[in-house]
Amino acid sequence: MADKVLMKGNEAIAEAAIIAGCRHYFGYPITPQTEIAAYMAKKMPKIGGTFLQAESEIAAINMVYGVASTGLRVMTSSSSPGISLKSEGISYLAGADLPALIVNVQRGGPGLGGIQPSQSDYFQATRAAGHGDFHMIVLAPASVQEMAELTVKGFELADTYRVTSMILADGTMGQMMEPVALDFDVKPMPEKPWATTGTKLERKHNIVNSLSLVPEELEQLNFARFERYRQIEENETMWEEYMMEDAEYCVAAFGIASRVSKNAINEARKQGIKVGMIRPITLWPFPKKAFRKAADQVKAFISVELSMGQMIDDVRLASECKVPVTLCNRAGGMIPSPEQVLAEIKKVAGK
Amino acid sequence: MKANKRITLLCGHYGSGKTNVAVNLALRARKDCEKVAIADLDIVNPYFRSKDSSADFEAAGIRLICSEYANSNVDIPALPQDMYAITDDKSLKVFIDVGGDDRGALALGRLTPAILAENDYEMLMVINRYRPLTRDAASTLEVMREIEFACKIPFTGLVNNSNLGRETTAEDILSSLPYAESVAEASGLPVVMTAFDESLAADLDGKVPHPFPLTLQKKII
Repeated sequence: MADKVLMKGNEAIAEAAIIAGCRHYFGYPITPQTEIAAYMAKKMPKIGGTFLQAESEIAAINMVYGVASTGLRVMTSSSSPGISLKSEGISYLAGADLPALIVNVQRGGPGLGGIQPSQSDYFQATRAAGHGDFHMIVLAPASVQEMAELTVKGFELADTYRVTSMILADGTMGQMMEPVALDFDVKPMPEKPWATTGTKLERKHNIVNSLSLVPEELEQLNFARFERYRQIEENETMWEEYMMEDAEYCVAAFGIASRVSKNAINEARKQGIKVGMIRPITLWPFPKKAFRKAADQVKAFISVELSMGQMIDDVRLASECKVPVTLCNRAGGMIPSPEQVLAEIKKVAGK
Repeated sequence: MKANKRITLLCGHYGSGKTNVAVNLALRARKDCEKVAIADLDIVNPYFRSKDSSADFEAAGIRLICSEYANSNVDIPALPQDMYAITDDKSLKVFIDVGGDDRGALALGRLTPAILAENDYEMLMVINRYRPLTRDAASTLEVMREIEFACKIPFTGLVNNSNLGRETTAEDILSSLPYAESVAEASGLPVVMTAFDESLAADLDGKVPHPFPLTLQKKII
């Protein structure tokens, strides 16, 4: 067995990024993700990397754009309000087809909100991280181990498809401590012939830009980008199924909500209710096929969320409204209790 | 360990478990001592504070010296309004939980002249082999030097609190002993305690130096 270390979720992201070959971090402090920046500040100078606390989130995301243009692995991290500030830069990254990793350790909102955990940036991450037609790969870890593993995965997917990946975690995932094994393999970085690494007078200039003034050409760029998105949906959708074999009811939950739900499901099973769970690991692409298939099997879905109900829309769309979808939620930094989820399961099951 | 000194300072890299050790030391000291206080001087971390156990302290008759903003979600670096009781009230036995690494230890500097003048203190470094930035003697010593530099109080001893959270086994504790010894050798300081959850006490009986079973565990999700 690998030697384990005890890590906070935020530290696991930082260490995994370093293992993945990321040597450039730009950010601006905000609770509850500051440990990522603190970890990078301690480690990067020792390994020849760059840690830079930028003057703002907007500056940080544009520094990410700069390094990403050279083909190197680069990241930034923030929490909800800081991600909103980064949104212009995120759209520019998409427009220039640049790979990068962005971490959002969500807190309660809207506005400055609070510092307790939340999942209320689901719409922002999966629908509208910035202006224009684009998607990010959105990864939702549910353990400190997954915080590390999905960080590596995020870099790999970003490079493979020339897109931005986002880790969508929450304050609990960022702050909680669990033992982690960090002995995972990292795939070699693919060639990046588009990167601005100097022509050495041997090739034409590479130009990295999101400006395209000829509409016919801009349309073609969008078509090409969406062809890559189609491939991502086909090849990279990830989810976990829990006790779904004989399930009559299905909980949909990601991140910390899935851990709470697991406890509730175990208790409901003891009481004879056949309930299972589909846990999306990629929120974009959403595991549509898993939910569509489950819609022919179960009598109802229960979406458990730390928001006023956002993923529930994707559950309805993916299940084509074949069966009812109910919401079990808390908001503003509160977490649903296993008892609350169990009560909702019993209510839906008519027990 | 018997806390013979009036003031016991507990420092360590965050996540080393110093709050947990401080809380347990205070509970034990309360058995022989009327006036015991625990002082939480963390100005960095807004979560997982001594205040989490405030009901336990009240029940045990232990005074909590802690910022009013701890665990209030007001994310500002604030010190307790009654922090001078630590050095002014000489009848108080105090356990100081110095959070937030070197930046946290900076806040302690305000009390340093009085603590050094009274010279009735123990300055302990809580170490955890399973934390990523203190995995060997060299890196642990680096954190110790940073803390000492920030607060200007030299360490007097080490607490080996190596753990993997709830998954910690007796084997994990035993395999941390060479690490603790190497930190002791490199720093020239004694290991004054080996801390572990009381559930492991039977398995570790007679196998670790200065055993300190922890009875009250801080709750972390």
